Amino acid sequence: MSQHLVTLPILIPMIGALALLLFNQASDTRRRQLSTALCVAQVLVAAWLLAVAGGGQMLFYALGNWHAPFGIVLMLDRLSALMLILTAVLALGSVLFACAGEDARGTNFHGLFQLQLMGLNGAFLTGDMFNLFVFFEITLLASYALMMHGGGKERIGAGLHYVILNLAGSALFIVALGVLYGATGTLNMADMARRVAQMSGDQTALVTAGALLLIVVFSLKAALLPLYFWLPRTYAAAPAPVAALFAIMTKLGLYAILRVQSLIFADTPVAEAIIAWLWWAGLATIALAAVGVLAARDLRTLVAYLVLVSVGTLMAGTALGSIEAIGALLYYLPHTTLICGALYLIAEMIGQQRGKAGTRLVRARRLYQRHLLGGMFLVAAVAVAGLPPLAGALGKALLMQAAEGTARLWLWPLLLLAGLCALVAMSRAGSVFFWASYKGEVDSGRVSRPQLAGVLWLLASAPLLVAFAGPVSGYAQATAEQLAEPQAVIARVLGESPALQFGQLTIEGESP
Amino acid sequence: MEALFSLVVGVLTASGIYLLLRGRTFPVIIGLALLGYAVNLFLFSTGGLNTHAAAVIGESITPSDPLPQALVLTAIVIGFAMTAFVVILAIRARSELGSDHVDGQSGEAGDAK
Repeated sequence: MSQHLVTLPILIPMIGALALLLFNQASDTRRRQLSTALCVAQVLVAAWLLAVAGGGQMLFYALGNWHAPFGIVLMLDRLSALMLILTAVLALGSVLFACAGEDARGTNFHGLFQLQLMGLNGAFLTGDMFNLFVFFEITLLASYALMMHGGGKERIGAGLHYVILNLAGSALFIVALGVLYGATGTLNMADMARRVAQMSGDQTALVTAGALLLIVVFSLKAALLPLYFWLPRTYAAAPAPVAALFAIMTKLGLYAILRVQSLIFADTPVAEAIIAWLWWAGLATIALAAVGVLAARDLRTLVAYLVLVSVGTLMAGTALGSIEAIGALLYYLPHTTLICGALYLIAEMIGQQRGKAGTRLVRARRLYQRHLLGGMFLVAAVAVAGLPPLAGALGKALLMQAAEGTARLWLWPLLLLAGLCALVAMSRAGSVFFWASYKGEVDSGRVSRPQLAGVLWLLASAPLLVAFAGPVSGYAQATAEQLAEPQAVIARVLGESPALQFGQLTIEGESP
Repeated sequence: MEALFSLVVGVLTASGIYLLLRGRTFPVIIGLALLGYAVNLFLFSTGGLNTHAAAVIGESITPSDPLPQALVLTAIVIGFAMTAFVVILAIRARSELGSDHVDGQSGEAGDAK
């Protein structure tokens, strides 16, 4: 019985989404309760899976009992469990915030939200490349609708770009999968890893081409430098709870890169080709996003560029590739995701008390609840700039420590300068919102209780990640060590299957 | 057959990308559709191009690989749904932005006023 529980993170949101879409005539309160309950259930399941994975156990589940490499397998290791709990925590915060009224501005908010969670959870759990593509598509489909939830000129315009760009990205994804399938004859990640390790001469070129195409697609989702121009406008236009959830979407790209890099292409010439690109793209992303942070004239755009800074930092960490670096970035990952999510929510609350000025960085009327909002803004700003008392500083310090040799020469100044830019921009924004705006008052847009609950739930991560820095960074290090030994996963996935001897048969026919 | 097949995929991809880079939403959607066809054909070929091979299991020593066929089917379904979605989105954008340009501008640069 208990081995089936690993499918719960996919099944709960799927069934929940169906129920929410079917009963869309039910009252708002009912749907809010159901959606929140589903998110709480996912947090609990993810916490349980985290405990299981934290004990060093890996769970594998063959869907329909079709064994690998023929059937689709779900696999849960430390990395998957970390991403699942992160998704669930972020989702709960966003849903709580949305229950304040954002969800009623369009139709089917909660149903689509759960669908997106299903796609995210599935992508984090699957052990099959094509299945990964399908879950990516589910996530994207739901995100298209969520992004344009409530409508409006700005959202539709940005949404059109977002949809078309991602459709082109999906086409590229299938091409990459086709190349890899043609060259290796399998789609199961573990099986592909085994065959890539044994590949010969002209296969190497094909596999490298396929792998680099995959990385391009994942970089588009993760918003790495030449492919990030869609992000600021999209995220700034999306409704606040949706933008907060989108903070994990860029990390989905990062997860996919980490997964294929560590499992499939580890210790092959392909990995070196990937790393060379990732390193410089990551650094360039940090540099340009830092400029964007300074240039932003709206708090939402500013936060979007802060998301990009964190993407660049994480990618540079991935490219470093050592166990220490991966461990450091996995410690930094939950912090930066949750804080960026919280910042979107805070921006929304600030905007709703400023009347027409919204979140633009201009003088406007005095905020109604300036002490409450100012306090939360301060915590989030300190956290996102990576200043000492909170987890951002620790994560960055760990990452800088992990860089060695000439890598240090590039990473240190860039990271520190980006932190400085974030600090300057956030203090400027804070001064405009809380000190320079003192005339008159708008007596509307009071922060409601669900909004406050959602933001505090996400903000609480900053002190908690510091207080429990030992266990968390221990878990991150253990995750990095587990990722460094893909052989264990491959042996477990393929070794368990009685069909292994058939798996050895190569498929006849000409490769394209 | 390989040459013909790759030529078809190449021409479809090139046309798709050219149209994708146009300024109006309609050519962009057609471009996406063409790109989708090219991708599906390409995916179809990854199992190897055979003549006289049975589709699944039949009177042939070397049946063709069924997996790409299943993948193409999935890709077609997703592509179909997405095309429908983009068409609706384009119509919505036309009414909200007041123009069928992807950036919502009223005319392309160089257009006669």
